[in-house]
Amino acid sequence: MSAPTLDRQPAGSPGEAALQEHFDATIAADRRIEPRDWMPEGYRKTLVRQVAQHAHSEIIGMQPEGDWLLAAPSLRRKAVLLAKVQDEAGHGLYLYSAAETLGADRADLTDKLIEGRQKYSSIFNYPTLSYADVGVIGWLVDGAAICNQVPLCRSSYGPYARAMIRVCKEESFHQRQGYELLMTMMGGTDEQRAMVQDAVDRWWWPSLMMFGPPDDESPNTAQSMAWGIKRHTNDELRQRFVDMTVPQARHLGVTLPDPDLAWDEAAGHWRFGAIDWDEFKRVIGGQGPMNAVRIARRRAARDDNAWVVEAASAYARKHEEVPA
Amino acid sequence: MHEETVYEALVNADGEAGHWAFGTGFDDPLAGVDTTVPDGVDPADLGTYCLMLGDDALVLAQRLTQWITRAPELEEEVAIGNIALDLLGQARLLLARAGSAGVLGRSRERAGATIPDEDALAYFRDADEFRSTALVAAPDADFARAVVRLLAASAVRLAVFTRLRSSRDPVLAAIAAKGVHELAYHRDHAARWVLRLGDGTEESHRRARSAVDAVWPLLADLFTPTDVETRLAAAGVGVDPAGVRDEVRDVLGQVLGRATLPVPAWPAAAPPRGRLGQHGPELAELLGTLQGLARQHPAATW
Amino acid sequence: MSEVTAEGGHGAVPTGPEVPVEPRSRAVRRDWPLYEVFVRGKRGLNHVHVGSLHAPDDEMAIDAARDLYTRRNEGVSIWVVRAADITASSPDEKDPLFAPSGDKVYRHPTFYEIPDGVPHL
Repeated sequence: MSAPTLDRQPAGSPGEAALQEHFDATIAADRRIEPRDWMPEGYRKTLVRQVAQHAHSEIIGMQPEGDWLLAAPSLRRKAVLLAKVQDEAGHGLYLYSAAETLGADRADLTDKLIEGRQKYSSIFNYPTLSYADVGVIGWLVDGAAICNQVPLCRSSYGPYARAMIRVCKEESFHQRQGYELLMTMMGGTDEQRAMVQDAVDRWWWPSLMMFGPPDDESPNTAQSMAWGIKRHTNDELRQRFVDMTVPQARHLGVTLPDPDLAWDEAAGHWRFGAIDWDEFKRVIGGQGPMNAVRIARRRAARDDNAWVVEAASAYARKHEEVPA
Repeated sequence: MHEETVYEALVNADGEAGHWAFGTGFDDPLAGVDTTVPDGVDPADLGTYCLMLGDDALVLAQRLTQWITRAPELEEEVAIGNIALDLLGQARLLLARAGSAGVLGRSRERAGATIPDEDALAYFRDADEFRSTALVAAPDADFARAVVRLLAASAVRLAVFTRLRSSRDPVLAAIAAKGVHELAYHRDHAARWVLRLGDGTEESHRRARSAVDAVWPLLADLFTPTDVETRLAAAGVGVDPAGVRDEVRDVLGQVLGRATLPVPAWPAAAPPRGRLGQHGPELAELLGTLQGLARQHPAATW
Repeated sequence: MSEVTAEGGHGAVPTGPEVPVEPRSRAVRRDWPLYEVFVRGKRGLNHVHVGSLHAPDDEMAIDAARDLYTRRNEGVSIWVVRAADITASSPDEKDPLFAPSGDKVYRHPTFYEIPDGVPHL
């Protein structure tokens, strides 16, 4: 077989500098780069990493909540959660499609995920211990995701931006259902209120870690921002999330587990305590409580059903219409 | 456009966005529907019949949900999710109807006062109070088993729902009218998979064949009416399952034939078991998972 | 792990050079082909490109498109077409600002034919 090769600009024609100039002008004018446009290799590779691992996060992200699908405590909650987990499969699929416009291949990306060569968001390596976790994931985890994702609707890469618009439309329902579940539980029994507080205690810090290390430890941020594939720094987004969430926590009646949380009148922001970045690095690197379980499930879905995928391909070949 | 504006626009997406979001349709399924039982119909019969149809949908939805995060491809995750959601929707409507007809029995005593009828029935009945058939309760050994069972179960249910559209109970008729579109899709999707597995590779053919052999015996008691079904069929409210058997047999035979799968002998009619609350251990196990959390917190609100 | 530079939409992920990008030729399996999906949102409108999916054949592609891009909404019309069957204008000769990807719509590696009979790679 001919090995897949990616498009490379033939040396010399029509001038790398002219192409770069056109690319830079497109970005500067806040216009979108489309799949067949010339783009710098660094831009393409960074985007593939970003979009593919975003897709992995959606797909692995089905599991923590998916574990409660069978045991959801009311039929309405079961339907809501099923719709949500199903949306996440769809989100992953939209995002893999965007990555594929850049020369990636979904099956290959899935292999890279299963082999641990590509990562996914650290947040999904924590276990969901009670049904309140479903609500807290919707409120905090999806809330954090929305902060990250809304700016990506303006990503300079067209297919990614378009996928994100669809994702964000659905994600807003995810956050609302989570918050609504927590409100309902807070209005329920003492046991339920304790479940909610316990879940908030466990998920708060991992949610803040979702925005990644502080800006001074993120040397690639400047390039990504210049390319228009990142719109705000990690710290800006984290601050926005905290400012948005603290009043919601008060309204809900839960305590956020941070003794240093305090309103800074002068700055107009909530100040928060130090984040344990060692934990973040351990978890994203594969040492989190649930990494092995998450990957094993994904591997089983691929391997146990390989015969199904092959059967459908074989059927298609047998029944392909022969052109007259 | 400023991001906050973008976010606002997303949150306040209008009806045009109905293509995308699942934000709706999860609340009180029978809100605003007149649930008066029609004249001359025994409410206990009607409620029991709704339990039969509702329990089948609930149990099958639970089986399909076990495939989520384990399906062959992402596209199939979404398809299975849709089918399970449709069935869950049917179950909620039917259990709510059963509740409004007053067949709550012991479940109402076990469930807290804040728990709606549909959940009292789904979560606080024991296995011997369930009226589902063995066909939907059987576990899936592999994807072939899942799609062959889905084909059989949807073919039967579609045939019943098609007739129920003219039920004298307007609620049942409305549920059926909505359901036939969903069930036709479930049946066709399952049939497409059975074709591909039967006529795919040697391995898939072998697995599909073994799935058919496992599923066919479960058809034995599906077409024998219970007394409730016989009375309701006579009253123009329910469907006599004996009357849909030939149609189902034809459909299944056609699909297996095109899938190059041998059609097993049709099983001899057996007396109803599941419809009368007689089940194997697999239903109790399934209900243990379904009901565990809700039963731990009978006074909770979710 | 070398460096964790966070971009990633659903939480921080590393985007440094230690994360591989290129498909390994061995790993590009004989996968279900890529389809492009076009949906007519309502009567009076054109079909519009809404996205892509993988399906083994046309019939399954329609099922998947319905499930994925219209969910359970009815009354819309869907077109699916194999991405490989779309001919795009060939800008590489007329307009040097495009990458020379022939007449294909994307840089998708499954556009490279793997002949029948090649074992499952």
